[in-house]
Amino acid sequence: MIRTNALTKQFPGHKDGSAVLAVDRLDLQVEEGQVFGFLGPNGAGKTTTVRMLTCLVGPTSGDAWVNNLKVGRDDTDIRRSVGLLTETPGLYDRLSAEKNLTIFAHLYEVKDVRGQVEKYLRMLGLWDRRDDLTGNFSRGMKQKLAICRALLHEPKVLFLDEPTSGLDPEAAKLVHDFIAELKAEGRMIFMCTHNLDEADRLCDRIGVMKQRLLVVDTPQNLRRRLYGRKVVFHLRRADLPLAELVRALPFAREVQTVELATGSKMVVGLDDPEAQNPIIVRKLVEAGADVQFVGELRYSLEDVYLSLIQASRGNSEHRGKAL
Amino acid sequence: MNKIQVIIDKEWAEVFKNRLVLFTVILLPLFFTAMPLVILYATSSNAGNSDVMDMPPQFARICGDLAGAACTQVFIVSQFMLLFMMLPLAIPVAISAYSIVGEKTTRCLEPLLATPITTIELIVGKGLAAAIPAIVATWGGFAIFAVGAWFIVTNPAVYARILDPMWLIAVLVVGPLMAVAAVNVSIIVSSRVSDPRTAEQVSMVVIVPLLGMFFGQMAGLFLLDTQLILATAVVLALVDIGLVYLGVEMFQRETILTKWK
Repeated sequence: MIRTNALTKQFPGHKDGSAVLAVDRLDLQVEEGQVFGFLGPNGAGKTTTVRMLTCLVGPTSGDAWVNNLKVGRDDTDIRRSVGLLTETPGLYDRLSAEKNLTIFAHLYEVKDVRGQVEKYLRMLGLWDRRDDLTGNFSRGMKQKLAICRALLHEPKVLFLDEPTSGLDPEAAKLVHDFIAELKAEGRMIFMCTHNLDEADRLCDRIGVMKQRLLVVDTPQNLRRRLYGRKVVFHLRRADLPLAELVRALPFAREVQTVELATGSKMVVGLDDPEAQNPIIVRKLVEAGADVQFVGELRYSLEDVYLSLIQASRGNSEHRGKAL
Repeated sequence: MNKIQVIIDKEWAEVFKNRLVLFTVILLPLFFTAMPLVILYATSSNAGNSDVMDMPPQFARICGDLAGAACTQVFIVSQFMLLFMMLPLAIPVAISAYSIVGEKTTRCLEPLLATPITTIELIVGKGLAAAIPAIVATWGGFAIFAVGAWFIVTNPAVYARILDPMWLIAVLVVGPLMAVAAVNVSIIVSSRVSDPRTAEQVSMVVIVPLLGMFFGQMAGLFLLDTQLILATAVVLALVDIGLVYLGVEMFQRETILTKWK
């Protein structure tokens, strides 16, 4: 479990002596077994937050707990109980894959060093390359080896900073599958990423950060909070006054129609589509419409993310103002 | 396995695959050990000759009962032995420049710092990894020199002067103290530079005082004796304490990750 309370980090960065605010009063709670996606633009404070939670840098103010251990007081114990995949793999290029992992297994006080090293090298398909120098590895192999390194001591909490950055789709898929496996094992995964599709597919909850935390919720709820729920009705005939019919319904928030070559598409904003869709379908059919199919309109997480970030910049023209 | 041992093992496994470091650790001691032996060999054939080369008059005075050429032999060897003391300075600088700045530039430090290793364990591990080869090379080189000189020098009085307590203190005590100073200077320099070669070059400033002693003695400004070497050891010990304090202060996780560019 991770909990932060007004966690703040300032760096003495400017020449005039003023501080750079990297993280501003972050309040966050991530439960065991969750995959938490931490999104935000470059310089938003994501990596600084991870560094504070892994006790690499100390907070300027506020508190944080990881696995019920307090940051700033139980730092060595926290480091022992978490795994960190840094933004760059940071491997020793002149050493073999096995040697790289063996060093870290000793530093993480792993009891069965050889066993754990073999387990993860095999799991990520690197066993046959164990004697090769990591300097000769591809970016994907290095990333996989860095993931092995973060898992050697079986941490309950895993921090992944850009886990699939620079990986080809095949390697990225392998990492995604592996993250899903780790989640199934009940580990908590705290993942910084710019890959919104990855976050959407893997994360139970998402936090969007820009110095301060803009929002935290499930990907689905974020969409709903920002855009509401919208249902698309595909109709064969477009010449009927169907839009007016639906607009007359008290629960239809917003009705838009789009003419298509094969008919028309009507997008209706609804609060409770499960209960309200049958009513609309009935009305449409009674009015003589041929309803081809009905589906919920899905916004991408990218839409949500961009709205939030632009809203945080004060862009009042953007839909993010709805938040 | 002790974490300090792990760091030393890791440093050696990595650093000794670097040719520049290997060159410094192997060839430099060979050169500095061979030079005084060659000088001894070249001058031993003239040991009976009463001609003496120009040397500071104070040195000639302390030669006591040694004949002129034998005194010259002792003088020349003393000069080269001073240069030999460059080993405990140059080797740690070469190693730590790569083990610290190199690790910083390859971004290996962050994963390392994320492990449960303490800052002291890390700094001691890295420091020992740099200092031990220097001390071994210095002591080993001196042992080879002592054995070689025993075969070359025919005059027992000259041999006794070459291996007098002053040089034993210099090699056994001052050498390790110099190595500690060099390691800490490297750590301090590492916080300001981003390239291992620059770090090595800047850190090499530690040999300036030694060169000062070399030229000072040659010019007759002072004469190395046991007291001066002991005084040097005391001063170095104090300097080391200050440098270790500074080094540890600068080798903090947060400083390394956020300020080391």
